[in-house]
Amino acid sequence: MNGGCIFAPIFEDPYLDHMRNSFFSKKLVAVIFLIAGVLSAQNHEGEDVEAGAHDLKTQIKEYIDHHLLDSHDFNLYSYTTEDGNHKYIGFPLPVILWDNGLKVFSSSKLKHGEGVAEVDGVYYTLYHNKIYKTDSNGTINYDVDHAKETHTEDAFGENLVVEDAHPSNEKPLDFSITKNVVFIIAVSLLMFLVFRSMAKRYQKSTMPRGVGRFLEPLVLFVRDEIAIPNIGEHKYKKYMSYLLTVFFFVWIINLLGLTPLGVNVTNNIAVTFALAMITYLITTFTGNKNYWKHIFWMPGVPVPMKIILAPIELLGTFIKPFSLMIRLYANITAGHVVLMSIIGLMFIFKNWIGSPLSFLLAFALALLELLVAALQAYIFTMLSALYFGMAVEEDH
Amino acid sequence: MEKLIEQFSFGLFFWQLLLFVALLFLLRKYAWKPILGAVEQREEGIKGALEAAEAAKKEMQNVTADSEKLLKEARVERDSLLKEAREIKESIISEAKEQAQVEGDKMIKQAQAAIESEKKAAVADIKAQVANLSVEIAEKVIKEELSDKGKQQKLVEDMLGDIKLN
Repeated sequence: MNGGCIFAPIFEDPYLDHMRNSFFSKKLVAVIFLIAGVLSAQNHEGEDVEAGAHDLKTQIKEYIDHHLLDSHDFNLYSYTTEDGNHKYIGFPLPVILWDNGLKVFSSSKLKHGEGVAEVDGVYYTLYHNKIYKTDSNGTINYDVDHAKETHTEDAFGENLVVEDAHPSNEKPLDFSITKNVVFIIAVSLLMFLVFRSMAKRYQKSTMPRGVGRFLEPLVLFVRDEIAIPNIGEHKYKKYMSYLLTVFFFVWIINLLGLTPLGVNVTNNIAVTFALAMITYLITTFTGNKNYWKHIFWMPGVPVPMKIILAPIELLGTFIKPFSLMIRLYANITAGHVVLMSIIGLMFIFKNWIGSPLSFLLAFALALLELLVAALQAYIFTMLSALYFGMAVEEDH
Repeated sequence: MEKLIEQFSFGLFFWQLLLFVALLFLLRKYAWKPILGAVEQREEGIKGALEAAEAAKKEMQNVTADSEKLLKEARVERDSLLKEAREIKESIISEAKEQAQVEGDKMIKQAQAAIESEKKAAVADIKAQVANLSVEIAEKVIKEELSDKGKQQKLVEDMLGDIKLN
């Protein structure tokens, strides 16, 4: 299982060397590839596509899928030695499980999903980057209704299953310090150190110095363009800490996702769910009388309408943070999928027109992703501020 | 959607929530409050300085206006003082003139009256002396005249004739 870095493993991975040269109508393949997309790779089995191309595409799709997943190891890249063993360059991370008691062990025991870890007489294995309880042979059982789905066994080992077959094995509660958690910690530390040093500078003089010169306009932007217009001059102050933290957190972590380190924290629904939940909780607990009145007893409409509107409005309070969650998740995921697909095209074209073309496209898209990284941070902060503004709006 | 739910990692959610909330509180205490405080303080400072400058400018204008007003008032007062002085002078002069006139008139009148009374006294004196003299003369004349009886008779008759004529 490749740990998942955007660029490096593609160049390093020996399996991509299996690429076949001789398939006709490369452009047609490319178009189909783009249209059919890697997201719904099931229907890529066009009859005009040679089996080799199909294999390659499957590999790329799997690669992208794995890139999008969290990982229990910190791998920069992997390769296969001549005798068929997988070598991983990186370091293991601690696995923390809650399974009738706390269990902590190194992820190296899981051997990147190729082995079975035995802890206190219980066996665990990795399947699609998730930890399952298993027996000493590492058997994975599947749900009956998924049995008909194809289950190919390729060079990656049997853990790579093309379709999303549901294992029926028991899943322990997994609190592992995964790659994403490492990056959340790293970004938190980075933010704390940078902003702490920035704050300290202000003790000496009120003019920004050093990194503060770059960051102060951003802080002021959040205050003057996001918080004050949406929340209002008198009430924005108590929300500033959250807005600033979420803005910089999302932005920095999105940017890190574009580095060859290959982390994309915000494309995990769990992460965006946590962020959206905080927005929801803040909105709910700071909402004033007027806010709740507008939800449960909308003023200015007839009584029957009030009764109809109340559940809709109540549902709306959940939908708003839900849309926040989905928007951030989907934008970052889509960006990564498209970017990696275009990089993957290079290995499908394998000629002197297609590869530079896809390189240029990937380059342009990477630039676009830089914008998206900032834009999504802005939108998340902006909409959070908007919801806070609604929560504290006074009767007019 | 199903895939999303399946992908949902509770561990990651737990760590994200825990770390983010910790980060939020740490940054709030150690970064955002001092930073926003400093920025606000600076903005207040700038605002205060601008307001002070504006106030000083206004003050200056007020002072200039005040001094001009004072100058004008002083000028007006000086003018009025001068005018008053002139009036007083004129009135004093005219009064003095009047008084002098009156006094002069009075003195002239007194002088005239004195002259008149002197004259009267002199005339009366002269009259008395003339009378005396004439009486004496008349006595002497009469004494002489009356030495002759005829002459006495004639005189009486003349005199009587004069009286009748009166």
